[in-house]
Amino acid sequence: MPDSDTLAFVDRPADSVGLVTPHIAKFDTPLPLACGKVLPEYELIYETYGTLNAARNNAVLICHALSGHHHAAGYHGSEDRKPGWWDAHIGPGKSIDTNRFFVVSLNNLGGCHGSTGPVSHNPETGRQWGPDFPMVTVSDWVVSQARLADQLGIERWAAAVGGSLGGMQVLQWTMTYPERVANAVVIAATPRLSAQNIAFNEVARQAIRSDPEFFGGWYAEHDTVPKRGLKLARMVGHITYLSEDAMGSKFGRDLRSTDLNFGFDVEFQVESYLRYQGDMFSTAFDANTYLLMTKALDYFDPSAAQSSDLASALAPAQCPFLVVSFTTDWRFPPARSRELVDALTRAGKAVSYANIDSPHGHDAFLLPEPRYHALFNAFMTRIARELNIDEMAIDETAREETL
Amino acid sequence: MRADLELIYDWVPQGAHVLDLACGDGVLLQRLAQEKNVTGYGLEIDPDGITQCVSRGVNVIEHNLDDGLGSFCDNSYDQVIMTQALQALRRPDKMLDEMLRVAEEGIITFPNFAYWRHRIHLGLRGYMPVSKSLPHAWYDTPNIHLSTFNDFEHLCREKGLVIVDRAVGVGDHKGHWSSKWWPNLFGEIAIFRVRRR
Repeated sequence: MPDSDTLAFVDRPADSVGLVTPHIAKFDTPLPLACGKVLPEYELIYETYGTLNAARNNAVLICHALSGHHHAAGYHGSEDRKPGWWDAHIGPGKSIDTNRFFVVSLNNLGGCHGSTGPVSHNPETGRQWGPDFPMVTVSDWVVSQARLADQLGIERWAAAVGGSLGGMQVLQWTMTYPERVANAVVIAATPRLSAQNIAFNEVARQAIRSDPEFFGGWYAEHDTVPKRGLKLARMVGHITYLSEDAMGSKFGRDLRSTDLNFGFDVEFQVESYLRYQGDMFSTAFDANTYLLMTKALDYFDPSAAQSSDLASALAPAQCPFLVVSFTTDWRFPPARSRELVDALTRAGKAVSYANIDSPHGHDAFLLPEPRYHALFNAFMTRIARELNIDEMAIDETAREETL
Repeated sequence: MRADLELIYDWVPQGAHVLDLACGDGVLLQRLAQEKNVTGYGLEIDPDGITQCVSRGVNVIEHNLDDGLGSFCDNSYDQVIMTQALQALRRPDKMLDEMLRVAEEGIITFPNFAYWRHRIHLGLRGYMPVSKSLPHAWYDTPNIHLSTFNDFEHLCREKGLVIVDRAVGVGDHKGHWSSKWWPNLFGEIAIFRVRRR
């Protein structure tokens, strides 16, 4: 049984999972992909928090969003300034309570944080995959995640949970493996991208692909990265993650200095912020991965095979759903979540839906908020009750000794 | 469970597929699901109510009833229930149409403005009634379309609806002999079961 990756960690909040170490799972069985190509072998990097119980029914799958990865909670080292990307919701006593649940969080195929992707070695050519890495879809990810579940001895997830692109993977799980998902939590997602969503993605892709340092995706062989393109892509993306109000209250029209300097250097605080975000991202994320991930978003549309009838596409789903949207999210607005909810009710599926009042736009799904917490917590607690998942007996003396 | 909900509970058939408008904390749907195999959804706008429904395992959808029921198909439910919300809607008559488009039968409860205590408030004392069923002051009440037992019957007749059943609630009791004979005067809560013809 896989043990928790969590260790006691001094100087961190009591509701943190503490220090965590990622694991690598290797797969030798070829994976046929939706694009027609076959991935002969691959690896997935993942982390776990909490302990898998004897009944093996307390596992929760976390699916990540566009630029996410496996490090969802806790810290990798004592020098880490920030915890994992969903630490607000995963940990002892949090919505996804690691005293009850065994949490599995992985980096998707095609990613650039340790799972097989464009930066990995291509065994057939002996060079990096680069732009040759096959296009992966949400369905492909779900199949690869199911294989990870097999390796971990998890027959059925107590819940599959995800925000944004992660929510789409959760949806796909309920259709591809309905018997393997006991509950689904779909947050700030959409059953398919709008023309506007695809348009923003295309601007991001063009920014990357038109960067002279892109070299058709072979930038690594030229010892460079398309930094300017990635930076622009991230800046555009970032605008869509925040609401107009959130940006307004954070930056307003504040200037970096007291006077206007009538030039094109950074003058407004918002420019400085976007450039900073873009710069950080351009050195930390792989351009080919970004291209792949945005295409996976664009392609996702389970209703396409059912003459655009989402309710028929969702017919195989068996589990209760919790769908959550945020009032100021204009990337995947509440109406898109409602579209999903209406399809689920038409299909007669168990579903609850809440539209949380938040000023933070699409990013709200990552942040703590009292109503969001209460609702999420209520859903997860109900799952624990129905599946008879008890809190793990925590050895208090052992805990105190390590502290 | 609230007196009007007890009565409604008896009116929902075994295994029915229902929509409960303004379902509150979901207690009615939970009992109907557990004891009568009823399926369906509650619609609610109050955040705490929604969280309580989720805790109970009741399907609840955040929805403003003033937006209508456009997202629900014709005849997709056996019954639509709406308790204590009619009087707070912008257009109660339109909602009645919507309810009976989505289901053949509707159950509606609302505070009876012609209840004798309310009449005393207004008729003798000259103040807008404040009571257990109408707890708000005139300036902050969500109840913008107050009506009486008789008013509602009149609306149903105008719309050509069949009143299958009617009852009243007084305080915590399901009904009193006096309210059976003179519901418009002695009924505090009006409860109707209506059908389209």
